[in-house]
Amino acid sequence: MILSPADLAAIGLTLRLASTVTIILLIIGTPIAWWLAKTQSWLKGPVAAIVALPLVLPPTVLGFYLLIAMGPNGFIGELTQSLGLGTLPFTFWGLVVASVIYSMPFVIQPIHNAMEALGERPLEVAATLRAGPIDRFFTIVLPLAKPGFISASILGFAHTVGEFGVILMIGGNIPDETRVVSVQVYDHVESLEYAQAHTLSALLVIFSFLVLLTLYWSQRRSRNATIGVMK
Amino acid sequence: MSNNQQDFIHACFTLKAKDNTVILDIDSQIPAAGISAIFGHSGSGKTSLLRCIAGLEKAKYGKLSVNGICWQDDHTFLPTHQRPIGFVFQEASLFPHLSAKKNLHYAMKRAARPVDKEFYQRVIDVMGIEAILARYPNQLSGGERQRIAIARALLIQPRLLLMDEPLAALDQQRKQEILPYLERLHKSFDIPILYVSHAMDEVARLADHILVLDKGKVVAEGPLTDVFSRIDLPQRLEEESGVILNGTVVEKDKQWQLMRIAFADSHIWLPDSGEALAQAVRIRILAKDVSLTLSNHQDTSIVNRIAVTVSAINSQQDNAMSLVRLTMGSEYLVAKMTQKSVHHLNLAQGMKVWAQIKSVALIH
Repeated sequence: MILSPADLAAIGLTLRLASTVTIILLIIGTPIAWWLAKTQSWLKGPVAAIVALPLVLPPTVLGFYLLIAMGPNGFIGELTQSLGLGTLPFTFWGLVVASVIYSMPFVIQPIHNAMEALGERPLEVAATLRAGPIDRFFTIVLPLAKPGFISASILGFAHTVGEFGVILMIGGNIPDETRVVSVQVYDHVESLEYAQAHTLSALLVIFSFLVLLTLYWSQRRSRNATIGVMK
Repeated sequence: MSNNQQDFIHACFTLKAKDNTVILDIDSQIPAAGISAIFGHSGSGKTSLLRCIAGLEKAKYGKLSVNGICWQDDHTFLPTHQRPIGFVFQEASLFPHLSAKKNLHYAMKRAARPVDKEFYQRVIDVMGIEAILARYPNQLSGGERQRIAIARALLIQPRLLLMDEPLAALDQQRKQEILPYLERLHKSFDIPILYVSHAMDEVARLADHILVLDKGKVVAEGPLTDVFSRIDLPQRLEEESGVILNGTVVEKDKQWQLMRIAFADSHIWLPDSGEALAQAVRIRILAKDVSLTLSNHQDTSIVNRIAVTVSAINSQQDNAMSLVRLTMGSEYLVAKMTQKSVHHLNLAQGMKVWAQIKSVALIH
């Protein structure tokens, strides 16, 4: 079980991609989840559906449209070009954009559920204690929804690590730029290097198992601590 | 407690549900001094009224001023976090991620004025929570949680304390455990309290003033001792008819273990429950426990027989029962009897009769 430099590079790239995507998703997902949990607007349904789309769409479909949108004539492409960033396909940041969209439901839904489970009461209590809206969000909503954030981070990270279809569509197979672990495994198999494929695959299986185990344990602990239930 | 003209909550709200049924439709002056109870059965709109005053609910048509300061009118709506109130919710509302002490600090950090050490210690002492401060809400009993919640509401240093059935979620034993704290709260801090409840025993024990709501409308308001001596309350509240009297223990009968409670112009005997002489007590006599005789019967087991005058009879009710209001000097009694008895005794306004009191509840 020895990893080649190319394998190590793929693992490093995958971790970098998954961390970047998780951080970006936590930042943009939190306000979206909060809006979904609070709004009375008719837009709630459509927005929730769009957020959930990557759950059901084949990665190739998503990848195809992203490729067009980020290409020289797509609206994202024109935007990035006008900013002097060039086009995104076949770059690391192209993968980041695609992964953010592809992993979005896995981050937003746990946060949204945790925020909805809070109910109105803790916020009303905080308001009667002179806490304004922003104060309430940071001192009540965030700490009480913490289990949701933990699930969201784990799921978002793991799901990005497990991506394959979208990456192949957007990023191709460029070493150190877009060749992540899943693509590397594919390469090994294509070139009949089964031993290397085994090593990387086994690593992914162990990683995924540990992630899900951690998730299960953290959820059970938070239930026992009755976090999120007003006492 | 000052009787300044400004010590009033002027609340005028119209609140309708989505199906247009009236939840609340009131225009009232509630004294912002002592404890004012908002009393009514479930669905009477009492909690909605409190939530409107707190700004947790926004009535479409509403005017609210407290001590002469406008909190809501057509152009103004002060959000909850800018109103100088404390609010105690029905069920415990402590933040589960903070210890009891941190829950208190949450309020202190946001109080309008810095909380001085002496005030903090007084709140802790009055609520008796020193020993449980380090615990988390899920390690506290229901009564303890509610005491922390009350302390937290006090530490925000409110100018008005709103309490929404603070004891309703507790069993009878815990309730008895907390009631003394509420009385001490009333005596130790000069903060006007609005106390929402559907439990007559709590109201009778704590309140000075009462606002009775039924189906979103005010059906009676005034000093506690007056309101329940009225005989024209809606039928739904008729069960509560009776009087509340403030008196003093003036005599003890060692042989029969009784004590005599004197009011301004009358007195009654009660089983001695250990109160000291000269102690002020509050008692409640329900209308259904009072019967009338034309002469002073000696051959009866009833100890408390009082000469009274009939001042009003309400036979307008659509059932067999009548309520009769009686005066004994400056105090009132209310008796409940069948319309047949009223007819049989030929009761009329101004008649001198004897009231027999079958049972008296000592409230405190």
